Amino acid sequence: MTLALDIRHRLGTFLLDARFETGSGLIALFGRSGAGKTSVVNTIAGLIRPHAGTVMLDGTVLVDTARGVFVPPHRRRIGYVFQEGRLFPHLTVRQNLLYGHWFTPPAARGDGFERVLGLLGIEPLLERRPGRLSGGEKQRVAIGRALLSNPRLLLMDEPLAALDEARKAEILPYIERLREQSRVPIVYVSHSIAEVTRLASTIVLLSEGKVAAVGPVSEVMHRLDLFPLTGRAEAGAVVEAVVERHDERFGLTELRSRAGSWRLPRLDAEVGARLRLRVRARDVMLAKSAPTDVSALNVLPGIVADIRVGDGPIVDIRLDCNGEALLARLTRYSVERLGLAPGAPVHALIKSVALDRRSLSGPIAQGPGADAEADEA
Amino acid sequence: MEHSARLWSAGAGVLRTLLGRFVAGVRSEQLRVRLSAMDWMALSPEEWTAVKLSLRVAVVATLFSLPFGIAIAMALARGRFWGQSLLNGLVLMPLILPPVVTGYLLLIVFGRKGPVGAFLADHFGIVFSFRWTGAALACGVMGFPLLVRAIRLSIEAVDARLEQAASTLGANRAWVFLTVTLPLIAPGIIAGMILCFAKAMGEFGATITFVSNIPGETQTLPSAIYTFTQVPGGDSGALRLTLVSVAISMLALVASELMARSANRRLDIE
Repeated sequence: MTLALDIRHRLGTFLLDARFETGSGLIALFGRSGAGKTSVVNTIAGLIRPHAGTVMLDGTVLVDTARGVFVPPHRRRIGYVFQEGRLFPHLTVRQNLLYGHWFTPPAARGDGFERVLGLLGIEPLLERRPGRLSGGEKQRVAIGRALLSNPRLLLMDEPLAALDEARKAEILPYIERLREQSRVPIVYVSHSIAEVTRLASTIVLLSEGKVAAVGPVSEVMHRLDLFPLTGRAEAGAVVEAVVERHDERFGLTELRSRAGSWRLPRLDAEVGARLRLRVRARDVMLAKSAPTDVSALNVLPGIVADIRVGDGPIVDIRLDCNGEALLARLTRYSVERLGLAPGAPVHALIKSVALDRRSLSGPIAQGPGADAEADEA
Repeated sequence: MEHSARLWSAGAGVLRTLLGRFVAGVRSEQLRVRLSAMDWMALSPEEWTAVKLSLRVAVVATLFSLPFGIAIAMALARGRFWGQSLLNGLVLMPLILPPVVTGYLLLIVFGRKGPVGAFLADHFGIVFSFRWTGAALACGVMGFPLLVRAIRLSIEAVDARLEQAASTLGANRAWVFLTVTLPLIAPGIIAGMILCFAKAMGEFGATITFVSNIPGETQTLPSAIYTFTQVPGGDSGALRLTLVSVAISMLALVASELMARSANRRLDIE
């Protein structure tokens, strides 16, 4: 799939001027509240008619204001999961799920009903009405309803924003499974860095109506200059790792990445499984020489690649650990005391307990239960 | 087979006995008194005609107003067009004008010599003046503001975001209206229809001005009651029709209450 968008649209005093082109996978539209994320998805869905520009999906023109082309939403075959679910209150869950079938020829109905029920675990809800569902159940039904309309593209506008932490943890694994098992590409809107690093393959970073950066998750997340936009407090590196072995005696799991090996509390993952580890910059310590008597289990050698000094006492540093990027946030005082400069060899120290299961993603064999447990821990 | 046949004949016998007793009972003096009390309650043929005519006029007025009512309520609630407030004022007019004025205006426009009335009579053979159809038109016009207002309020209460959701699932505008908007405004439509029906049942001023008070043709319940109060000895007739009127109104109210409750239950509104 390719999605190419180049639009200008004015909403009151807010000017949306966005242009990007992306491939398949899960594309995250990321940015602060009010950055224009929802306006962009609404334009893709056809709920907003932009004042100028073009929207193309897989070579089909959806919008071209210069030629006066505007395909109405019901002919776009783009599924939309809204923040608030928007289930039809007068229909049962089953009727909600099958709503799209009324407008799809039988041959094109695609994703099997049973398969979607299984994927989202909504079989027991079928005869209920939306008024009697919990927030998490509503969102799962909304995802199923969009999937069953046989979409070419699935839009998800902050589908977890209205839910509490426990409900988020309930749904995230379903979205991960959807990403792995369904061939439908997804555009996922979020302002949560954790969700985005966990789910996305590509990030479109929006700021004040403009596209600030487009690229693979690790690339965008590791750019120190984008920290003010990606959110400094939660900023962190994304490390691709493979499960090496489990240490049953201490309840630890060992992971291998290009940067070196990691040990963290026991995971429900099979040996050999690939996953994504999010290492927050504020959890990383730096040392000039390899420390010997230290409790931190993860000590990774690397080289200072980039230093970005802000106005305040905080300095952001990017390390190159054998080709894998790591980020660290230190005080300016520490940086000067250690004499850190680009090219300086250092060791990064990360406590195992800082790497909880919430910082993980990937095709881990875990149900909603495992995640809920992680939340309590 | 034989057994059931015997049962049948036994049943028929019992029925025959019961009927016989009933007929004998009717002949007894005691029951005659009771029946004469019921005689008072029974409507005379003229009164029946007025009741039936009123029901017909109200039903026809409500059903014919409905599609226009929904369309105009949609336009007023959702549309943004020039002359919107003018249309709104026009629809509400019969509510504030004296009914006699509305009736007279109808007579001017829809009368046999009126511009619209003459056109409809010449081209479609539809005549309003001094016909029951005219009574239905007058009642429809008088009930229209109530119908439109109830439907409009319920349309404004519909979450337009649900309609957007339906369109992303492949429904075009007509389907969105039929499968989402219409079911969601159904309680409002029912409320509006009952208001319109009740108004039509009670309409007097505009009807009597437009189509007069012809027994069997345009004499509806209110006109009949009015006529009874104008003749000596008409009190009992007026009272009977008043009771019928009260009963119909109560029924309409109860029906609307029941339907609103079932609609709410369907939407799971606690």
